[in-house]
Amino acid sequence: MRTPLFLLIWLVIAAAVFAGAVVSHNDYVFFAGYVVLQYIVLSTAWNILGGYCGYVNFGSAAFFALGAYSTVALYKATSEYELYQLPIPLLMLIGGAVSGLVGLGMGYLTLRLRGAFFAIATLALAVVLQTLVVNWDFVGGSRGAYIVRPEALEPFGPYIRYLFLMMLLLAVAAITTARLIEHSRLGYGFATIRDDELAAEASGVPTLKLKLIATTISGALMGMAGAPFPYYIGYLQPASAFGLDYAVNSIAMPLIGGTTSWVGPLVGAILLGSLQQIATVTISSAVNLLIVGCLLVGFVIVAPNGIVGLVHTFLQRKPDEFVGRRKVELDSPEAVP
Amino acid sequence: MSDLLEIDNLSKRFGGFVALDKISLSIPAGERLGLIGPNGSGKSTLVNCICGTLHNEQGTVQFDGQNIDGLEAHRRTHLGLARSFQLPRPFVSMTLADNIRIPLLYTLAARGLHLSQRSIEERCATLLHEVGLEAKAHRKPRDLTQVEMRKLELARAMAAQPKLLIADEAMAGLTHSEVEDILTLLVRLNEQGVTIILIEHIMRAVMSFSRRLVVLVSGKKIADGKPDEVMRDPEVERAYLGQ
Repeated sequence: MRTPLFLLIWLVIAAAVFAGAVVSHNDYVFFAGYVVLQYIVLSTAWNILGGYCGYVNFGSAAFFALGAYSTVALYKATSEYELYQLPIPLLMLIGGAVSGLVGLGMGYLTLRLRGAFFAIATLALAVVLQTLVVNWDFVGGSRGAYIVRPEALEPFGPYIRYLFLMMLLLAVAAITTARLIEHSRLGYGFATIRDDELAAEASGVPTLKLKLIATTISGALMGMAGAPFPYYIGYLQPASAFGLDYAVNSIAMPLIGGTTSWVGPLVGAILLGSLQQIATVTISSAVNLLIVGCLLVGFVIVAPNGIVGLVHTFLQRKPDEFVGRRKVELDSPEAVP
Repeated sequence: MSDLLEIDNLSKRFGGFVALDKISLSIPAGERLGLIGPNGSGKSTLVNCICGTLHNEQGTVQFDGQNIDGLEAHRRTHLGLARSFQLPRPFVSMTLADNIRIPLLYTLAARGLHLSQRSIEERCATLLHEVGLEAKAHRKPRDLTQVEMRKLELARAMAAQPKLLIADEAMAGLTHSEVEDILTLLVRLNEQGVTIILIEHIMRAVMSFSRRLVVLVSGKKIADGKPDEVMRDPEVERAYLGQ
């Protein structure tokens, strides 16, 4: 399938989702749906570095928070000088640019590390950034910052609908980007990095450059997902922006869905994200991470390649079994004329 | 004409251990060079220094008239230096065809040769046919036998259209006829103009393939010349058979 067609199909699906949510006449659907969509973007972004290249990033929350705090900083700056508030799409681009740049920098400093060492470095980045934000008074420091969300925005109606739509479009953009990478020369290069970096270099793949591209794209998408968050939540404090949920979920969702293609993070985020939203309403929000933990343990044991891997093996096994049975039948004495 | 590969006074240490000690070696284009030596004599370290996996502290390596010291491994591959690994290192998540596709996508493209989707597929098929793996083009490396794995390794190196191919123990553990298969392949490549360095323990293979033989012992080059003369060299005999 060509990329424009793929994009078109997803835009149609997105339109249907939005229409469905509007028809439901329940604004809570938008609030819950926003979180799920945000996780689709985060897990797709994580997967570009973690799934395609095999570099596990524990610092997703840092990139997300950078996007969110870019918005807070700009909000404060524009309020202080009584300027016009920047629109969400522009804030997303700015948040993406900031996180993308930090991704590039982090990549340059840490990508010579492999395995657990890289993971520790990304975790350290999150801690360092959180400390910086806590001590930065302009964006509220440890007290947090209030963002006054406009009541409504025409022609969307309540502001949450507008935020939901923006996140929906970002999710479509993220999925399309991931798929585009997967089917391109870049995707093949990423896969060689995951498989064997030494052999990749010997085949002419510039591994460091490709890894930097991956950290930049991945970081930028996470930042874009974080940019509208202050408007969603209304009050942002470091502990919520750098929350453990983001780091854990953006790893767990691709792992549960499957890391080798764009479908995995999407499936994982919809499944796990919805489950968490349902649990938040029916049980308590504290049970969320427990659900993630249990599912993760289950999947690591039962389906290490995620749901996509499970489906793939199932589809692949069927024809084989069929051929096997046919062969047995032909070999059996009855088959001899 | 200057030589294709010129190694001058190359040394490599790992901590206090001297792995390579002032190696100098010139290889003209079209050569079939055998490189032998006991285990731990520095053969693979030399290959790694030539290919950029390791960086030498001392001395220079010139390839095709260009000093390549400090150049990253993939840039050396782009220049026309290819290697196969001692232990095959296929891209395990990809089909054999995709394994071959990587050098086409990256190395040939870096030389300004952008192939169409179809000609990439044709080339993958041709290369796999040359090593007798075309039937398994859409299988994954885990379905391969040892010899097939080594053939894939060679095919992937060949896909980069190298000027110099270094085959690092491409035949270890193979049977007589499998060794013949790979030798035939290497000789054919050499006839097409590719310079080849063969690192091997199987003396029969080295002797039948090489037109020049270099012996490394404890990181030092102790002999360099015609294969039969080198094998009669008392120092080589001493290194291999003991005193």
